[in-house]
Amino acid sequence: MTKIKVENVTKIFGKHINSALKLVEQKKNKTEILKQTGATIGVYDASFSVNEGEIFVIMGLSGSGKSTLVRLLNHLIEPTSGSIYIDGENISKMNKQQLRAIRREKMSMVFQNFGLFPQRTVLANTEYGLEVRGIPKEERTKKAEAALDNAGLLPYKDQLPSQLSGGMQQRVGLARALANDPDILLMDEAFSALDPLIRKDMQDELLDLQQKVRKTIIFITHDLNEALRIGDRIALMKDGKIIQIGTGEEILTNPANDYVRTFLEDVDRSKVLTVENAMIRPISVNVEIDGPKVALKRMREEEVSVLLAIDKNREFKGYITADDALEAAKRGEKNVDSILKTDMESVTPDMLIQDVLGIISESSIPLAVVKENKLVGVLIKGVVIQSLASDTEEVTSNE
Amino acid sequence: MNKILDSIPTVPVAETMETIMDWLTSNLSALFSFIQNGGKNAMNFITDMLISIPPVIFILVIALIAFIATKRKFGLAIFAIVGLLFIYNQGLWEELMNTVTLVIFSSIIAIIIGIPLGILMSKSIVAENIIKPILDFMQTMPGFVYLIPAVAFFGIGVVPGVFASVIFALPPTVRFTNLGIRQVPRELVEAADSYGSTGWQKLIKVELPLAKSTMMAGINQTVLLSLSMVVIASMIGAPGLGREVLSALQRAQVGNGFVAGLSLVIFAIIVDRLTQSFNKK
Ligand SMILES: Nc1ncnc2c1ncn2[C@@H]1O[C@H](COP(=O)(O)OP(=O)(O)OP(=O)(O)O)[C@@H](O)[C@H]1O
Ligand SMILES: [Mg+2]
Repeated sequence: MTKIKVENVTKIFGKHINSALKLVEQKKNKTEILKQTGATIGVYDASFSVNEGEIFVIMGLSGSGKSTLVRLLNHLIEPTSGSIYIDGENISKMNKQQLRAIRREKMSMVFQNFGLFPQRTVLANTEYGLEVRGIPKEERTKKAEAALDNAGLLPYKDQLPSQLSGGMQQRVGLARALANDPDILLMDEAFSALDPLIRKDMQDELLDLQQKVRKTIIFITHDLNEALRIGDRIALMKDGKIIQIGTGEEILTNPANDYVRTFLEDVDRSKVLTVENAMIRPISVNVEIDGPKVALKRMREEEVSVLLAIDKNREFKGYITADDALEAAKRGEKNVDSILKTDMESVTPDMLIQDVLGIISESSIPLAVVKENKLVGVLIKGVVIQSLASDTEEVTSNE
Repeated sequence: MNKILDSIPTVPVAETMETIMDWLTSNLSALFSFIQNGGKNAMNFITDMLISIPPVIFILVIALIAFIATKRKFGLAIFAIVGLLFIYNQGLWEELMNTVTLVIFSSIIAIIIGIPLGILMSKSIVAENIIKPILDFMQTMPGFVYLIPAVAFFGIGVVPGVFASVIFALPPTVRFTNLGIRQVPRELVEAADSYGSTGWQKLIKVELPLAKSTMMAGINQTVLLSLSMVVIASMIGAPGLGREVLSALQRAQVGNGFVAGLSLVIFAIIVDRLTQSFNKK
């Protein structure tokens, strides 16, 4: 179900908006427009929709308009043109009260520098959203304490934010957002100010949380690895425009243009490549028909020393080596039953390369890629390493 | 050359101002005399009350407040005891109490007017553009200029003294309130807005608490400025230490002038340190 729908939204900062708009249509770039009109393109003609329960990541370099876009969603910034629908309601047409109601009940925001009120205790911060809604003291304390408890922060409730570490402060920020029980979480670079290890913990926590509570999350980041790690879908922005929307996989294997491609270069490929991207066609032998001689001939033709063994239904059975096949041929055996080995590890095509790296580096033989018992490919150490090092071009052509 | 310039008739600014003042005094005289009488009574009441407190108790209470406000340090408390005893010893206790009343009244009125003005200024660019030049104007005027409308409206005495002090002491509170609110980090304002605060909730729960220490710096200046008006206000008959200074000046009594001046300085230091230490908490 569509939760948020953004239709042709544009935000231009400054005066001379119309002349700026004309220049965008003439495909002038952002700096030129700024020079000529003094107006800054915040967001230009953004359209997308976000489904309920989805983590939608907005990614882009500094100044690309991410913060502006997310603030348009709760109308902290008013769009110059275009419409934004939350649950089908056009929030651009709402009056102040209606807008406040939406902010109070439907969406909460988490900030890059945590946005905690320094003079309020952790508990009072967590209560803030409930407090402005006019919820009685007792009830809001109960709710806020429950939210803090979930974040493991209840013992700190009477401390001031400045007494907590960055990671803990951001947990308070998240608890404050969740205490409201909103449908939508807006997170503007929520983890960017944290150091890498804590950041990863927070990402895990967010994913865990998402398993439990299923919010619709708009997550802003300029870090591709973070985007790929937590995003169900990713929107890439440049100079206020959205240039590609898709799953991490889609964007990586099919970058929309050179800009996306350069953006992708610094990504740690192992985190997103799946087994399917790196596997190659298996050279196999049919245990029900083929004997040692056929196997040897095929090995010679294909220049391999190992064949994967399957049956008539392509079900994975094991493997045979060249040495064993030679022995069996000398003994005059008619089938490969006696030399069939079964100690080969198998993986599935949708597993992440990252997760199979351990298995593959310890094993001296290739890994079988099996889907529903059927052999679909083989994973060879050399090819995996090569695909990790390769640029986008080669991964795309591997398909 | 001069002839050409001289041929331009004098623009009647002074006359116009006078007409306006005449109009105000004659048409609003009832209001002004009401304020004059009410103000005088209220202030006399407070002064009498302060005088009726036995000086020893008064001094000890101030010392105790100083001790607590400076986080249990003895410095200011001891200074207050010695300084106030000195003033008492010099026979200026009643004058001091008159000055205290004058400062309290003018500071409180300046704060009551100044904070809302500062808030208004921080919320509206139009208001800021109007108020800022007025404040500049007020601050560049020498303090005794305000005595003229004060006398015109209220005659002589303590009320016009307070009136002139308020105008003179108002600007810092307005400016610092505006500054303090504008200095609240953007992210915190956004946090307040994004959780659906009304403008009022945002002001009370977020902006004012965060602007507090800046505002206190402005209030401290306001109090000191109103204190510095005490001497000037005595020219139009406001009682207190200022009048002692003035009369010593008129009679060329160096010794008396020194004692009264020193008493004012002692009082000023106590007030300054006290208001500053409230800020640090
Ligand atoms: N209030 C404003 N007034 C004028 N220009 C603005 C304003 N807010 C943002 N901009 C401009 O809009 C553009 C997009 O800014 P935005 O903050 O959305 O970028 P961002 O992608 O969030 O960048 P970052 O990663 O640095 O946070 C920038 O060029 C910025 O200078
Ligand atoms: Mg940003």
